[in-house]
Amino acid sequence: MMRTSDLVSSAGRALRANPMRSALTALGVIIGVASVVAMVALGSGAQAQVERSIASLGSNLLIVVPGSMRGAGGVRGQAGGFDSLTMDDAEAIAQLENVAVVAPSQRARTQVIANGLNWNPEVNGVTPDFLTARDWEIAQGRMFDETEERQARRIVVLGNTVAENLFPNMEPVGQTVRMNGGAYEVIGVLESKGQSGFMDQDDIVLAPLTTVKRRIAGRRGRGDTVSQISVKAQSEDVLDRLQEDVENVLRQRHRTREGEDDFTVQNLSSITETAAQTTQVFTYLLGGISAVSLLVGGIGIMNIMLVSVTERTREIGLRKALGARQSDILHQFGLEAVTLSVAGGIIGLVIGVAGAWGMTTLFNLPLVVSPLNAGLAIAFSGLVGVVFGAYPAWRAAKLDPIEALRRE
Amino acid sequence: MALIEARELTKLYRMGDETVHALDGVSFSIPDRDYCAIVGPSGSGKSTLMNILGGLDTPTSGVITIAANDIGQMNDDDLAVFRNQTIGFVFQSFNLLPRLTALENVELPMIYGGVLPKERKERAAELLERVGLGQRMGHRPTQLSGGQQQRVAIARALAGQPKLILADEPTGALDTNTGVEIMALFRQLNREGATIVIVTHDHEVAAQTRRTIEMRDGHIVSDNLNEGKTRHDANV
Ligand SMILES: Nc1ncnc2c1ncn2[C@@H]1O[C@H](COP(=O)(O)OP(=O)(O)OP(=O)(O)O)[C@@H](O)[C@H]1O
Ligand SMILES: [Mg+2]
Repeated sequence: MMRTSDLVSSAGRALRANPMRSALTALGVIIGVASVVAMVALGSGAQAQVERSIASLGSNLLIVVPGSMRGAGGVRGQAGGFDSLTMDDAEAIAQLENVAVVAPSQRARTQVIANGLNWNPEVNGVTPDFLTARDWEIAQGRMFDETEERQARRIVVLGNTVAENLFPNMEPVGQTVRMNGGAYEVIGVLESKGQSGFMDQDDIVLAPLTTVKRRIAGRRGRGDTVSQISVKAQSEDVLDRLQEDVENVLRQRHRTREGEDDFTVQNLSSITETAAQTTQVFTYLLGGISAVSLLVGGIGIMNIMLVSVTERTREIGLRKALGARQSDILHQFGLEAVTLSVAGGIIGLVIGVAGAWGMTTLFNLPLVVSPLNAGLAIAFSGLVGVVFGAYPAWRAAKLDPIEALRRE
Repeated sequence: MALIEARELTKLYRMGDETVHALDGVSFSIPDRDYCAIVGPSGSGKSTLMNILGGLDTPTSGVITIAANDIGQMNDDDLAVFRNQTIGFVFQSFNLLPRLTALENVELPMIYGGVLPKERKERAAELLERVGLGQRMGHRPTQLSGGQQQRVAIARALAGQPKLILADEPTGALDTNTGVEIMALFRQLNREGATIVIVTHDHEVAAQTRRTIEMRDGHIVSDNLNEGKTRHDANV
């Protein structure tokens, strides 16, 4: 029976005898593993990104918007749909059980000018509770209070992106910005929520709701309507029940029936779940497609091993004559195949991670490489070697020594 | 009991409708420490007999016992162990592995015998010294002459401390002078106690052994002690 160290050194010697051939054979596996690793990492990165950006909107959050949502489609405006939510709706929701905070808000778009620079962020008229609802903190200065909100004071809190762009070399707090011809004092800067790929939550200006309705939003924003109501539940467990309650109370108030609503209640945790599932399916799909190239790599190994067995028939005959058992020959050739595939797997893993790093950097996604996935990639490439090396090795082991020795 | 006991060995090859009797009821015995040549025309069954003696092939019928092993009954792996422990092969075309050095070629049977690396190297070096290649251990087969390659092969045949050395046309690929040197090496090994059976079609080579078995058409037609040889041995 052959010793393991002898097996390893004989496999290594055989592979080094044809370095070019070994390298090219391993290349098939390298490409396969690299693409699987890169694709899965990219998909996981996208998944993490989606989860993170949705979660950063706030936890235990329901967002009520005007317009109805039909099935999986988008928000659809109805007759008068964009004006359907009012301050009274917000107050009615606030009376419900399990509500932590209700924050109505009015959205507007206008140019913000300061310091000779201008910027075009989303301007959001909010109440102080908005920050609680969205789990948002102040980084510098302060948030306006309820009195200031009611008095429609000309003050604003800037999102991080806006602050950086309008006041690149200055403390923004205490400065003045101009919107719609009026001057507003900056009293605070929001903590950054981070770039979230497809949307920048920091590209925002918060102003008192009353101020925005009176001075900025224009005709649509006047009166009692709001463009959004954020509802924070007391806990995750009551979120679904609260969603139903909100829907019921709004249906009562708007005199609509289910299916004909002029509002939509979005449940962020269920959106997160769906989005995460979608990206996960996407990840598996990418990984599965790349796995086909790994299969092709395995067939390459089988091909070369069969050639090698034919070329080395005489060597195999001699080894058997000198006392090699079938298992010795089987192990020797099997180990050559597995060495090729595992070496290819390790190199492929390195290249795949590097590729994933490049792509995630390019697309501004987090790089997610779990040790489990890396281990799986190596193990799977080893398995490819075993599966595709088994037949050539078995052929070698079964050779008749007399026949094999006679072969030229 | 003799080292080799062969009783009614028969080997048939079926080629379509035709049956070739490569061996046809061959019986003989070879005692320990014998030095024996098998001669005969081409196709007479010499190689077939050697393959059976070496456990590379099994007879169609008959009984073959070598060193008390009934090798006709062994399975593939038992035969591999038998070959490794009991037989040393020398081939006409040397059959050295071209990528290995002389030393590594000699180590090969010991690798399958499970001998520890250090012990293996020492023994391989000793054997190469013994066949006169102490200066050539690191050379590869292509860097050696035919005679030197056959010496490496003989050292390899001795590596497993076999009870029996089988050589099929060991001088067939060598020129006359080199062939004489190789035969001298075999004679010396036999004097030191090795049992050797060689196949040759060269009667001059056969005459240098102690005993000649002549085959024709799968039969043994004569089995004689070589006169000159016995006298020579008696003189020693
Ligand atoms: N694998 C085989 N299949 C069919 N016939 C075979 C096979 N091996 C040997 N034979 C036949 O058996 C007979 C004996 O062959 P063998 O090789 O033993 O002869 P030999 O005495 O060694 O001849 P040579 O001196 O030419 O080497 C021959 O007729 C040969 O054709
Ligand atoms: Mg022959």
